[in-house]
Amino acid sequence: MAGRIPLVLLACGSFNPITHQHMRLFELARDHMHQTGLYRVVGGIVSPVGDSYGKQGLVASEHRLAMARLALQSSDWVSVDDWESQQVDWTETAVTMRYHYGRIAAQYHHSKAPPTNGRPSSDVPQLKLLCGADFLDTFKVPGLWRDDHVEEVVGRFGLVCVSRGSLQPDRAIHESDLLSRHRQSIFLVREWVHNEISATEIRRALRRGHSVKYLLPDSVIDYIREHNLYTQDSEMKNKDIKLRPLTKQAIQD
Amino acid sequence: MASQEKTKLVLLACGSFNPITNMHLRMFELARDHLEDTGRYRVVKGIISPVGDSYKKKGLIEACHRLEMARLATENSDWITVNDWESQQSEWVETARVVRHHHAELISSENINDDVDTVRCGKRRKLEQNKNICQSSSYINTETDTPHLKLLCGADVLESFGVPNLWKSEDIEEIVGQYGVACITRCGSDAEKFINQSDVLYKHRKNIHVVREWVTNEISATHVRRALRRGQSVRYLLPDPVVRYIQDHSLYSSESEQKNADVILAPLQRYTSTN
Repeated sequence: MAGRIPLVLLACGSFNPITHQHMRLFELARDHMHQTGLYRVVGGIVSPVGDSYGKQGLVASEHRLAMARLALQSSDWVSVDDWESQQVDWTETAVTMRYHYGRIAAQYHHSKAPPTNGRPSSDVPQLKLLCGADFLDTFKVPGLWRDDHVEEVVGRFGLVCVSRGSLQPDRAIHESDLLSRHRQSIFLVREWVHNEISATEIRRALRRGHSVKYLLPDSVIDYIREHNLYTQDSEMKNKDIKLRPLTKQAIQD
Repeated sequence: MASQEKTKLVLLACGSFNPITNMHLRMFELARDHLEDTGRYRVVKGIISPVGDSYKKKGLIEACHRLEMARLATENSDWITVNDWESQQSEWVETARVVRHHHAELISSENINDDVDTVRCGKRRKLEQNKNICQSSSYINTETDTPHLKLLCGADVLESFGVPNLWKSEDIEEIVGQYGVACITRCGSDAEKFINQSDVLYKHRKNIHVVREWVTNEISATHVRRALRRGQSVRYLLPDPVVRYIQDHSLYSSESEQKNADVILAPLQRYTSTN
């Protein structure tokens, strides 16, 4: 894979809890980016959102982090990062991306060997946001994203977007001028296997005492049982609270 | 007392398992939840019975590998097991025969338990006296003791009953009539429609449990084999030990997919030639 651009994939989200489907996103994205012939995926980061996001049913970040770590124990390229969840207030995706890109670039410059023949051994890695097709629709929700942040996330960094169920991400791109403008930095990955397993469904199954085996790693299921996460009560958390991005960004207007 | 009245069930899944996937394993979990939710059943065991090589399906790799992958996949299950009887037979075995075989096994192992465990026998006899049930047989073989065996399958298998020369009609009658089926389906209405349109299935509709899979999960072995041929990741679609096994043994290539390409499927060959 000589001459390819090194790439790190960052997935932000609730991971409430992490599922096989989340981990599949990384696998699918890596295969796709390799097949373009342009990239060499060198790392993956799972960044669970902080508790102050205020989403209904969101359990404490310490649990969501622990579950993600258990799930990714056996992965040799994807890891969990707690920076976002450790911030006091909810942190915009663009800010999280800036943080991780800064880290990756610093690491690259530190470890760079003296160039031979005046040419660097490889380029500084790029960072792209890994997401599902449903994510593109969130750009349309009033007050959820700042326009300049969308420009930064999509234009400066880029998206790797995995299609989900019947959702058509190209339609979402078509219907947004901003996304259309940055079409070249949005990589669409088609997931042919129709697989609608979501964290929402898993929480529902757990509330009803149904099995979730084979939808997430056994180690995560054990953790959920030990800590009795995901009950009727946990699903009611943040019920009447407004999502933090909607209140934080309204103030700035 | 309530648990005494529940019927014990064993779920038997026949198929290629080429390879086994998380979807196959989910079928067992979904069926168990559904059947136990009715309050009438207690599912005590699951059996995976991979088909023999003589089935001659295109792309079917050796039974020894398919068995081992199924074993690796069920390592961490406390109720799902793998059985090799079907795959060890020299000729292809009709599903009805496989069901019959496993039912006979269940009965004989219950009888062994009865002979050995006299204390249990005594207790059971007392309970039955209390219930005023007359047991003439010395084998304690009541409905609540020997587990019932049901075939576990996807809606596609139910619908395959309609394919000419794939099933013997008396076999279909036996499977749904004497044993019963737990059928996992995405679109409940499709399975119910098919049952309605078939006289033999309709007759035994009480024995056919349609288990609705609310969350679509179409991880098919065909898709997995395709991804493997193209060097794509199948991680998290099958259990990790199975992924490693496939890698270690370099299973599933373009060559393996061509196996049996020019051969007629065993049941079609058998039933067409007898017509």
